[in-house]
Amino acid sequence: MTSTTDTTAPTNSTGGTAPVDTGATTGQTDEQARDRASLLPRLPAELTDHGKCPFDPPAGLTELSAEAPIHRVVTRDGDPAWLVTGHAAARAVLADPRMSSDRMRRPGVLEKLSPAMRERVLDEKARAGGFIAMDAPEHTRYRKLLTGQFTVRRMRQLGPRINQIVTDHLDAVLAQGPPVDLVTAFALPVPSLVICELLGVPYADRAGFQSWTAKLLTLGTPLEKLFEIGDQLRDFMLALVADKRARPADDLLSGLIQSGTEPALTDHELVNIANLLLIAGHETTANMLALGTFGLLDNPEQLAALRADPSGVEAAVEELLRYLPIIHLGLMRHALADVEVGGQRIAEGDLVLVSIQAANRDGAHYADPDALDLTRARGPHLSFGHGIHQCLGQQLARVELAVGFTELLRRLPGLRLAVPQDEVPLREDMAIYGVHSLPVTWDV
Amino acid sequence: MRITLEQDRCVGAGQCALTAPEVFDQSEDDGTVVLLRATPAAEQEADVEVAVALCPAQVISTHS
Repeated sequence: MTSTTDTTAPTNSTGGTAPVDTGATTGQTDEQARDRASLLPRLPAELTDHGKCPFDPPAGLTELSAEAPIHRVVTRDGDPAWLVTGHAAARAVLADPRMSSDRMRRPGVLEKLSPAMRERVLDEKARAGGFIAMDAPEHTRYRKLLTGQFTVRRMRQLGPRINQIVTDHLDAVLAQGPPVDLVTAFALPVPSLVICELLGVPYADRAGFQSWTAKLLTLGTPLEKLFEIGDQLRDFMLALVADKRARPADDLLSGLIQSGTEPALTDHELVNIANLLLIAGHETTANMLALGTFGLLDNPEQLAALRADPSGVEAAVEELLRYLPIIHLGLMRHALADVEVGGQRIAEGDLVLVSIQAANRDGAHYADPDALDLTRARGPHLSFGHGIHQCLGQQLARVELAVGFTELLRRLPGLRLAVPQDEVPLREDMAIYGVHSLPVTWDV
Repeated sequence: MRITLEQDRCVGAGQCALTAPEVFDQSEDDGTVVLLRATPAAEQEADVEVAVALCPAQVISTHS
């Protein structure tokens, strides 16, 4: 499963740059299959396949949600798990300190792994600083080193620069002329450049980290390959950390090195923190920009209203986040004690999966939950998670999305799909949902 | 309305500062909540209630 949170990161089981959910893979041994099932439990297909509608949760998930807020399910590999679909129950689980994000501590996980895999997941190089998979108080230290860098105020101060980056990319889109794939020309490069500048990663290196990230997030990538990519990302970031130590600059990575925290962050902590921010910083926002645009194009009246009155963009962003969560596979926790949720007793050690998609459409919480309503009053949605791991970069994402949607609608009059809707390729094969490409045209 | 905080449990998500900026701010140092007005104006109370609901660490309480 992915676990959003902290960074809305597509994460991975060992923190840092280790694997995400890998799904069915061919050509693997029984041992590899067992390792995968232990590290990356996956819901059955009827609860994850979107079918024909790209904008609604899988039909099986919607049916299940209507019955109760929490369910006993069996993963694709035959292991029991709890699936939480109700909004209140989901918040309760994600806010509960007895629900652990430290996957390696789930009873039985390490014991089931092959010796080679156990060694890999316990490798301190891979675990150091991977606070997305830590509980308090270990998690607290790392999070507090970063939260000051992602405040509402600081992210708004980035607004003019983000506007410039958006404008430059839309200038290029206009110069190219229709049709254009908005994913490659706009949705992916804008947040990639923003996070590179913020972190201090050379944007010229994007080909490497973008392709590594894409493979990490591909559900079919074999476990061994995921670790191989993790090593490549680690080497890449180790070199950058060394460079920042030698030549500090005005960026987040240099700031972490010079933070004066005691004990000082090690190279491996810095590498895993930076890679988490890098991966989360570009893939999540990129997919939200593209999927959100796809969703707007499916609701032309609301798109027209937003274009006519861009002051509604902040409310629109919240509603698009609620309606189209890119974290589509569920957040993973396990119980550190017996906990009652939604009338069920979760036992110590049980695996718990929280469905953001289902919780965001809970009719007990939202009026007309299956309607996109860009004027909906602001209220809680779970697309940034909830609890201590709630997305660290959410204020950055909000600014990027607000500027991105506003300028996209302003600069491209008559924006529309250049292909039939059912030909837009969906990212059902990825840990982060969205579209692989979004061919669009507009009035020239 | 009077507001109290459990500051030490704040995770610095910024939901409160985004929702009720006249009442909540964030520390420049670590992003945790800074209370600007312990007793908000009547017209700010609705936003404060939204902030209470949004807070991921549930550290904001209101008292009448």
